[in-house]
Amino acid sequence: MSAETTIAPKYTRKDLTADHPTWCPGCGDFSILSVYFKLMEKRQVPHEKITSVAGIGCSSRFPYFVNAHGVHFLHGRAIPFATGISLARPDLHVFVFGGDGDAFSIGGNHIDHAARKNVKMTYVIMDNEVYGLTKKQTSPTSPVGFKSKTDPTGAVDHPINPMKKLIAAGATFVARTHSHLPNHVLEMMELALDHDGFSVIECLSECTEFYPGAFDSANPRKGGQFQAVPADHDPTDELAAYRLAMAPPPGYFGVFYRVQRPTKNAREAQLIAEAQAKTAGASARELLQKTFQKFS
Amino acid sequence: MNETPGRPVADAVIRFAGNSQDGIQAIGGFLARLAGRTDKDVMTYMTIPATISGGPSIYQVRLGTGEVLSAGDDVDILVAFYQHSYQNHIGTLRDGGLLIYDSDNVQPDPNEKRYRAVGVPISSLTVEAIGGTGKDKGKNMFVLGLVARLFDLDDAKLEGMLNAYYRGKGDDVMRKVIGAFHAGHAYNFGQLDAQFQFAPSAPTAVRTRVVMDGNQAIAYGAIAAGIRFGAGYPITPWSTIMEILRTELPKYGGIFVQAEDELAAIAMACGASYAGHLALTGTSGPGISLKSEALGWAVMAEMPLVIVDVQRGGPSTGLPTNVEQSDLNIACFTAHGDAPRIVLAPANVEDCFYATFEAVNLAREYSCPVLLLTDQALATRVEAFEMPDFSRCTQDLTPNLEARGPDYKPYANTADGIAHHAPPGTRMVDGKYPVVTGLEHDESGHPASRPANHVMMVAKRRRKLQLLAQRLPKPTVYGPAEGHVLLIGWGSTQGPIREAVDKARAAGESVSALHVRYLMPLPPGIGEIMEGFHNIFVVELNDEGLYGYGQLAAVLRGRYGNARIRGINKTDGLPFKVREILDQMHRKLTGREVEPSETLLATTGDEEGGAG
Repeated sequence: MSAETTIAPKYTRKDLTADHPTWCPGCGDFSILSVYFKLMEKRQVPHEKITSVAGIGCSSRFPYFVNAHGVHFLHGRAIPFATGISLARPDLHVFVFGGDGDAFSIGGNHIDHAARKNVKMTYVIMDNEVYGLTKKQTSPTSPVGFKSKTDPTGAVDHPINPMKKLIAAGATFVARTHSHLPNHVLEMMELALDHDGFSVIECLSECTEFYPGAFDSANPRKGGQFQAVPADHDPTDELAAYRLAMAPPPGYFGVFYRVQRPTKNAREAQLIAEAQAKTAGASARELLQKTFQKFS
Repeated sequence: MNETPGRPVADAVIRFAGNSQDGIQAIGGFLARLAGRTDKDVMTYMTIPATISGGPSIYQVRLGTGEVLSAGDDVDILVAFYQHSYQNHIGTLRDGGLLIYDSDNVQPDPNEKRYRAVGVPISSLTVEAIGGTGKDKGKNMFVLGLVARLFDLDDAKLEGMLNAYYRGKGDDVMRKVIGAFHAGHAYNFGQLDAQFQFAPSAPTAVRTRVVMDGNQAIAYGAIAAGIRFGAGYPITPWSTIMEILRTELPKYGGIFVQAEDELAAIAMACGASYAGHLALTGTSGPGISLKSEALGWAVMAEMPLVIVDVQRGGPSTGLPTNVEQSDLNIACFTAHGDAPRIVLAPANVEDCFYATFEAVNLAREYSCPVLLLTDQALATRVEAFEMPDFSRCTQDLTPNLEARGPDYKPYANTADGIAHHAPPGTRMVDGKYPVVTGLEHDESGHPASRPANHVMMVAKRRRKLQLLAQRLPKPTVYGPAEGHVLLIGWGSTQGPIREAVDKARAAGESVSALHVRYLMPLPPGIGEIMEGFHNIFVVELNDEGLYGYGQLAAVLRGRYGNARIRGINKTDGLPFKVREILDQMHRKLTGREVEPSETLLATTGDEEGGAG
């Protein structure tokens, strides 16, 4: 599979701005959108090749706010959709944006398999620990005791630990950041963009409407403490990554885990190269003709 | 079949009954391929147990010098490997038929005079020829030799095929295969010898003929049509399509992904189609239930996509290894909201190839999901057909990444309703990039819930398929265009329905048939055709429903408001026998309505047990 390459003139974030976001004032997602513009502007990914995919949720409205090719797919299924793009079009680097409901509840199975297959893409999970679009129900990352419309006396179910889940599933780049620190978000996103494989970032993103103050404890401007991953942490050490993931909330921020493993994309390209080496440049017509002779 | 010495037989139905590990499929497979090479027509029918390995299994081959339309109602020759094979299948042997049994394992009823029984010590003669024990493989090749002897088949050609097939499996295997085959072929039947000989067939095929099953034809049809990306999840009886595509696509530069579930499989296919490479996914009924969500998205987002449904018995897990045509409703109507899509059903193995090709091009042209409705019987049966002309039946699908001008809108409300999205990588000259979405949207892809916009967009998605309906070829009637009875069918039942028409007409009855290949949208002309007949029966392998007619009958009644449309249905998980169609037709014509289950119990017994 191939696609033509077009060199576009340099663009600015203004060229990338589309509809004004429908997010509530103060929503953490604004910061991530702004960082995404900054990253694209800095790296000058050809405009026509910027591709963002999302599922359903507040954060999943993301593609509408980016003036680039975008897809608003189904709740929880953005990852397999992006897998289809990534494998069919190696010339693109797909970004997937979504929330904790998409990633860890309705689409919980897909993340594991994209991770173990190591499909090349970047997944930014904007985790606000609550269902916002449907107006305050418990999410898979809501802490026990969180009061919502579906848990009026407080959530009773143990929340998912995103970092542990992602490392266990075999993601090759696992990072954590906080929307109140845009520079850190940018640093993580750029590392993810450069990672050859399935890169995931959990970005704590406050829902000012339904879970205000959720992440204040990690926000220095709100009196919290931003705890960076220790400088001596070895991101290729899986057990060390788990230990970081075990830290009580608000936890650490930075790259927890990063290893190189052949991508699904590379593996499939290798299968094609090996198969085609044997057929010595035969055309589809010749191959079919030959195959059907065997059935005669 | 007529086995009077000296009078050649026109066709013969041979049923091999044994256990699935005996390799009886191989006997049938080689016979079918031999038939394909000697201008005989062939159709096979098999059952496999749904258990992982072992269990009773049959393979039925119908060979003939004319056109073979069905796998045959009654068996002319039954080859029984075990006592249970004999007991379970002797009921299918016609009066005057021939039972060949392994006299090492089977003791037939000595008082039965309904058929002739010939015992052959298959197990011990195979051991004598190649060593080992009676439980080892080899009996199938012995039986193949026996059958070749009995029908005076071209044993040199057969041996050549065995050589070609087993060449790579080592000298020891090769020695045993050929040894067993020779031993079977040397067996002396005494007076039975040379009683069964096919009439010489006039060579008709211009091109070489190929012999394959329906799933193989679909997989290669997709490749020929230019499909280079697919995704699926294993489910019987769809899995062999994905196995072939996984193995074959890399040679063509393509990828097939085994997804984590049905939802992911169709989502990946949607993603690849969005990226510019029209993709294929497939499954059986249970998977269509799961894929419904994304199917609705593809309708809304106007995304080209091919979805194969190899139907099996339902609902739920149902009958995994039996045939049913009970997914018509879900194929036509699944997904919430008003979600028009294209549905077509191949009639036979050859049509599996061409219908897949057509499904790809319909998806491209009309930018919507296309469902290909096939079934378990078609998936596993083997037929011979002319090799496709690949100089015409091969196409290259290159993504259209040409820059789009300032007038471009992904969902332009065109007169014909057809619009195509721009894959990522496409430069937008005016610098405004589109979003492809499952939300209701305006022409540019922006979410829009304005009343007038939804009215416009719903109509647009419908209009393009109304246009397709006008363009579809009018179906033609099999038999005279006017008469007493019209049998309407779809999918894999075309053969037995046509054979029923032939049989009824030979008996002086006024019966014709109409095959509906396009199920959504329906082609033009069906209403006029129905006007030419007094009685209309829709013959389908599904339940007669709450109101006395099946799923296509309900669609036709809804479309034409014709209350004369009635159903001929059955739900035993087996293909239609010609007799079953005619019996039901006669009963309904004479008003002698009997509970269908009573007749089914009388005609089918428990011959195909084992599915679960």
